Amino acid sequence: MKLLIVLAVVLFILAVHQLLKVIELAREIRKTKEWEPTDSENDLMGTLMLLFGIIFLGMFFYQIDRWYDKTLPPAASEHGKHIDELMFWNLILISFVFVVVNALLFYFAYKYRGNKNRKSIYYADNSKLEMLWTIIPASALAFIITFGLKYWNEITAPSEEKNPIVVELYAKQFDWTARYPGKDGKLGSTDYRQIEGSNPVGLDTTDKAGFDDILVKNEFHIPVGREVVFYFRSRDVIHSAFMPHFRAQMNCVPGMVTTFKFKPTKTTKEMRQDPYVQNLMKQINEQRSKEGKEPVEFDYTLLCNKICGASHYNMQMKIVVETEQEYNEWLRQQKSFKTLASK
Amino acid sequence: METINITNKELHAQEHIDLHRYEDHEESFISKYVFSQDHKMIARQYLITAMVMAVIAMIMSIVFRLQLAWPGEKFAFINWIMGDKWGKDGILDPNAYLTLVTMHGTIMVFFLLTGGLSGTFSNLLIPYQIGARDMASPFINMLSYWFFFLSSLIMVISLFLPDGAAGPGWTVYPPLSALPEAMPGSGLGMDLWLVSMALFIASSLMGGLNYIVTILNYRTKGMKMTRLPLTIWAFLITAIIGLLSFPVLLSAALLLLSDRLLGTSFYLSDIYIGGRPLDYSGGSPILFEHLFWFLGHPEVYIVLVPALGITSEIIANVSRKPIFGYRAMIGSMLAIAFLSFIVWGHHMYVTGMNPFLGSVFVFTTLLIAIPSAVKAFNYLTTLWKGNIQYTPAALFSIGLVSSFVTGGVTGIILADSTLDITVHDTYFVVGHFHIVMGLSAIFGMFAGVYHWFPKLYLRMMNKKLGYLHFWLTFISAYGVFFPMHFLGLAGVPRRYYTNSEFPMFDALYDVNVVITISAIIGALAQLIFIFNFFYSMFRGPKAPQNPWKANGLEWTNPVANIHGNWPGELPVVHRWAYDYSKPGYEEDFVPQTVPLKEGELDGGGHH
Repeated sequence: MKLLIVLAVVLFILAVHQLLKVIELAREIRKTKEWEPTDSENDLMGTLMLLFGIIFLGMFFYQIDRWYDKTLPPAASEHGKHIDELMFWNLILISFVFVVVNALLFYFAYKYRGNKNRKSIYYADNSKLEMLWTIIPASALAFIITFGLKYWNEITAPSEEKNPIVVELYAKQFDWTARYPGKDGKLGSTDYRQIEGSNPVGLDTTDKAGFDDILVKNEFHIPVGREVVFYFRSRDVIHSAFMPHFRAQMNCVPGMVTTFKFKPTKTTKEMRQDPYVQNLMKQINEQRSKEGKEPVEFDYTLLCNKICGASHYNMQMKIVVETEQEYNEWLRQQKSFKTLASK
Repeated sequence: METINITNKELHAQEHIDLHRYEDHEESFISKYVFSQDHKMIARQYLITAMVMAVIAMIMSIVFRLQLAWPGEKFAFINWIMGDKWGKDGILDPNAYLTLVTMHGTIMVFFLLTGGLSGTFSNLLIPYQIGARDMASPFINMLSYWFFFLSSLIMVISLFLPDGAAGPGWTVYPPLSALPEAMPGSGLGMDLWLVSMALFIASSLMGGLNYIVTILNYRTKGMKMTRLPLTIWAFLITAIIGLLSFPVLLSAALLLLSDRLLGTSFYLSDIYIGGRPLDYSGGSPILFEHLFWFLGHPEVYIVLVPALGITSEIIANVSRKPIFGYRAMIGSMLAIAFLSFIVWGHHMYVTGMNPFLGSVFVFTTLLIAIPSAVKAFNYLTTLWKGNIQYTPAALFSIGLVSSFVTGGVTGIILADSTLDITVHDTYFVVGHFHIVMGLSAIFGMFAGVYHWFPKLYLRMMNKKLGYLHFWLTFISAYGVFFPMHFLGLAGVPRRYYTNSEFPMFDALYDVNVVITISAIIGALAQLIFIFNFFYSMFRGPKAPQNPWKANGLEWTNPVANIHGNWPGELPVVHRWAYDYSKPGYEEDFVPQTVPLKEGELDGGGHH
């Protein structure tokens, strides 16, 4: 068998070699400048450019049609709505530039394809034109910068709420732990040297403020309509807390505490009723049934979005948004650090 | 002024002595092909080395693309090539996946698009296009290549380590890259990665210094800075960016190496891993990110600017028109280069960096869009009313204009810190930088190879294979990277081993299949190029003096590899490089060596 393969390869190489020889001989005889494009080749390439341009831009719209309704659902947080709005207008703007410039490019590539009987114009400079395409992008950018920074400042400003919900998300390879401050409203201080089996997030056992802190795994809850201030820490490497449905993301950096705040606007239940989400889930479940997997319901998810090791791709946590009453009820059933540690 | 005149005179007086140096004696195989000090040979060495590296990185991308499109599927060839450590039974291992992603990025960015692109074309074109006999220091130039070779070798050897090569992503953020406990890809492979990069940086600095000195001091008579082809301007600017930014990466790498091997705490603090608390304290991973991106962002332009220079030259040549806005093209490259140093923070909006600092970076980053827009429109105007001769180089250059715009506009989204919150580190970013930097740079590099192949190997490449190569590459490249934007808008994080492990992204199952199939077609298309390249090197038709009817000095010397480039006197320059289709001339090109007629204006002006 191996011999046969070797033989076939050798024969193939010989055949190609002979073929190339014939081509080379023919070339010797013709003595053309074969590297120069002929008029008909210029025509062909120019036409292909135009064709490509049309199909390329066509595919752009086709992809929007096919995939845009499978992107993230409308934001479920207050600031997220601003981000969505800004994103929408920015996408419109860049799509416009993308379509116009590419259309011009491929049209010119077709229109001005080479021909032996034509000569180019000699046109080396025009400062008015260049000024024009300096000023237009500059003024468009002024708008983008102004709006972008306005929202950025709002999003990153310290919370003004008197009594916000506080949640600490603690990352390690490869899972998340959420910590709530408990009755005293204070997160206890931490010391990474005290981490052990019964003290997974490294609470400082000499700080009483930490005794009533509540630790949860697998899923954490937050109330709708209340500002939630998140603090992020990491035990080992950099992780990133990415909560795409709320348009929230912040890195978790060992040795640092980072923060992000948002106000959820829809409970998980409400989100499941949202027509966009229902359509999305329908498509997800259709695909899952093809793969023989169980159907699922919509859930908010916290993902890790900074490469952190082998199971980076599978480091998530479920987020439940519910009414404040339900939230308080849930929180009461969770165990405090002290009860956990004393076990 | 006086001193400059004297220097120039001295230079010209030295010419005869110099020529002797170049003509001297018959060379041994070793000094001609191995430790060559000749800029043309060094250019070829760079090109071939980079091509080998690129093929390795391309195969890697196909392997991880297969995993992403059909996760858990068995591909026996994975074991067959690399053995069991890459995944039992043909299923790629998650750690091996991260190693592949890391090495793909590292090799493509540094070894192909930095070393390969600048190394090849700066070396080939600087002496040829400015009318010099060789580089300012041929010896340092040779060292530059051999450092590059050594660094490539170490990078490739690291793939064969028992624990595999580096795996924490090409950005190698600590602590992941600092602690061997964190992942197998943070073991010996990571040390070799850092050593390899240190050598690479040394190579790049030696090359860059040489480029700058040669361009500033070795221009032939009449070659004023304002008459330089845009390629040379691009190489000059690139070398300056590299010279200012690469040393910062070197210090970042050395500090990281020190954290790894000597137990220092530059980047590390408060870490508990592998079941015990570590003693590091007081360091910050954020410091590394700042240092890394202080190089990392200029690096994007180190990759892109040479491609812009190459295609500016080619688009003018194939349109048979002067490049539109020569001075604006230089100005915008300078502006981009300057701005590239004050935008690095846009990679760090969500790292916990002070939000106000973020605002400053939003402002500076978005400014880059202005010179970029000027460049794009100047390309368009150069094509306008041209007489485009469709060589393969012309196709790839037009491809660059398209990818530069298509990838550039999504940068506006990412530069905006508010919007970056949603798409940071998602496939939106992957799509963006592959199109604007990866595709543009590789298209520029292909254009350069097709265009200057006669200067590299004295033969012509096959045009029709070039056409086929372009179309397959162009279509599949957009097929790979365009759909990624939709994954990004759906929130799919990058560097995920699979995104079908949980239901959130299941509706987009087909995107990954489209991408992978396009990637396979694109990879196969490169076989056409490789065949064309090596076949033409030996059997292509012999190159004539000036196959593209171009104006540059590189087409005025004999079609031969002679030391010193020109037998006898160096050519004298009388005009800029872009007098195509100038009124008053029979032919549609006027080489730079043709004296100006009486009353004729230089640099694009005419009566």
